[in-house]
Amino acid sequence: MKIKVLIVDDEKEFVDTLSARLEIRGFSVTAVYSGKAAIEMIEKLKFDVIILDVLMPEMDGIETLKLIKEKSPLIPVIMLTGEATVDNAIKGMKLGAFDFLIKPTDTERLAEKINQANAYKSEHEERIRQAEIENILRTKGW
Amino acid sequence: MFKKIVDSTIFSGKCAKDHYRLLKRKVIFSMFLMVTIPLTIMLTINYFQYKSYHQNQIMLPLQEISEKTMHSFELFMEQQLAIIKFISITYNFESLKHKKTINKILISLKKEYKGFVDIGLIDSKGELISYAGPYSLLGKDYSMQTSYKETQIKGQYISNVFLGYRKNPHIVIAVQSFSNESQNFILRATISTDFFGRFIANMGLARQSDAFLINSQGIFQTNSLYYGNALEECPLKIINSHFQPYNFKKKDTKNRDIVIVSSAFTIADYILVIVQPYSVALKSWYDFKYDMVFVFLISLAIIFFAIVKLSNILVNRIKISEEHRESVLTELQHAQKLSSIGRLAAGVAHEINNPLAIINEKAGLLNDLIALSDNFDKKSKFTEISNSIVKSIERCRKITSRLLGFSRRIDVKIESIQVNDIIYEVVGFLEKETLYRKLDLILSLSDSVQPVFSDHGQLQQVFLNLLTNAFAAVENELGTIEIETKNSIKRGVIIKIDDNGCGMSQETIEKIFDPFFTTKKKEGTGLGLSISYGIIKKLGGKIFVESEPEKGTVFTIHLPEGSEEMETNYDKTKAKNSSY
Repeated sequence: MKIKVLIVDDEKEFVDTLSARLEIRGFSVTAVYSGKAAIEMIEKLKFDVIILDVLMPEMDGIETLKLIKEKSPLIPVIMLTGEATVDNAIKGMKLGAFDFLIKPTDTERLAEKINQANAYKSEHEERIRQAEIENILRTKGW
Repeated sequence: MFKKIVDSTIFSGKCAKDHYRLLKRKVIFSMFLMVTIPLTIMLTINYFQYKSYHQNQIMLPLQEISEKTMHSFELFMEQQLAIIKFISITYNFESLKHKKTINKILISLKKEYKGFVDIGLIDSKGELISYAGPYSLLGKDYSMQTSYKETQIKGQYISNVFLGYRKNPHIVIAVQSFSNESQNFILRATISTDFFGRFIANMGLARQSDAFLINSQGIFQTNSLYYGNALEECPLKIINSHFQPYNFKKKDTKNRDIVIVSSAFTIADYILVIVQPYSVALKSWYDFKYDMVFVFLISLAIIFFAIVKLSNILVNRIKISEEHRESVLTELQHAQKLSSIGRLAAGVAHEINNPLAIINEKAGLLNDLIALSDNFDKKSKFTEISNSIVKSIERCRKITSRLLGFSRRIDVKIESIQVNDIIYEVVGFLEKETLYRKLDLILSLSDSVQPVFSDHGQLQQVFLNLLTNAFAAVENELGTIEIETKNSIKRGVIIKIDDNGCGMSQETIEKIFDPFFTTKKKEGTGLGLSISYGIIKKLGGKIFVESEPEKGTVFTIHLPEGSEEMETNYDKTKAKNSSY
């Protein structure tokens, strides 16, 4: 099953090209161009990893991240940032982002990060599942 | 006035050295004038005041002597006159005519009173009818003589010195009296002038002084030491008044400056004259004058010395503060330049980063597509081109990254750190290169270096920067790099990085802290040293460079002791600076 990736960035050209490259690398990519659209999208669909630009007009990366974490705290978010906004990316890490990458990105590394994030997520989900099963076993049935 | 001098000297011309010399001269000159003018005025006033005071002080005693001696003279003459008068009253005309009587009188006179030479009786017709004395004057006619006439009119008479019939200087004292038959007769006595000399000698005058008697016609009555003998005419013009002693200055026959003090007699036509050369009379004044001038010159010399010293100090102070101001100004300009370039660079870098990211992705996509597609013509060429684009982008990225780093506000994280530890860390990064290039890396790190409050990460960056520069400057196998740390006198730490590499020219040194200035052409961005400079500044330190082409370069960093509050202070200044 392909890893479902949501890319959020206001720079359309960039997002589209990156999408194409990630598609080539076997990811299922959805691209949106604003934080608002991203929120709407995660309400509609399930994603494995979100790539989020820090600097965006209207709703910026940090705000979007907060909302995403509220709605689906388990989805790992990789922050994409320009050199000037590294501080914000670090802030994002504190708010629960999985990692950050500085633009222009090395796609191979990004792909690697996405895989890591997915693995982390899967592991996380697995643990939760395990915990739930244990809980059921402990309470001996529903 | 002083301010004007300073200003005008500072802002005109380029040659600073001449400047300060000129300024110093001006200061010395004006200060000297300011001090000497009032001093000279005071001295001049004092000079004249003291002069008149001294002259009075010297004249007064002379006048007193003159008066006293004159009175002695008069007293003596009056006494002689009184004796003759007494005789003329005591003895009548008849008894005086007897030679025996008159001889007896002369003998008594000579015995009791000194100076009497002879005595004679002149009848109303002017004929000497009785005489006692050494000369044979009996029968001589005196009617035409002044003494006779004057006595007839005034009743008594004291003559000037004259030779008369006997050719010997003497004076005549004559008294008129009346006989029982109401006939008038004159008793006339002669006194030798010896006593004059006695009186004058008694005055006890200073050496080179002269005292003598003259009459109103200016004829000497006594011998003078310098100006002539008795009965000669006096070459000095003595103006006199009978009422008060007179003194004045003039030049004498030998062209000496002299003081003349004179007193006129009332009972006879005599004037007592004291002549004293200026040099004697005013000796104390001259001494005083020389003392005064000496003191003046000495104080002038002291003042001059003090002024020169003071001006030196003053001008040096001005020089130092000027230089300080200039360096502060240069630093400020540099800082402003850095900050504006930084802002510009950040803007440019940020704007370029977005299209750069797109180009990167596009080139990457191109690469991906080429890799996925089947073999086609010039496939390898395409791959090469797109790879080259990606590489160029990587280079651009480095530049923009550094540009942003240059201007980025990184939080200064102040903590207590050991400079030596940071140096060990940085040296650790470079260890491989040192071994590989066979360089000599000497660490002279003082164990007693005090901990400072500073930013670990930023100092690391600075040291790494300076060391990479040093590594780049030295040659393989020959290069020696020395790192030295020690405590600074001004509470802080000094770090010296010394290499024996290619060094720099003066021109280069002036520019090395400027952003984008680089000598490494392809490899460098020209930001390393300016970033280091900015960091050290931000941390409150100073960075210096000394270098000589082909000899090597020494970078010296002074780090202040610092304190934990530094961070907040720094933020405040930052806020203040960013407001304009």
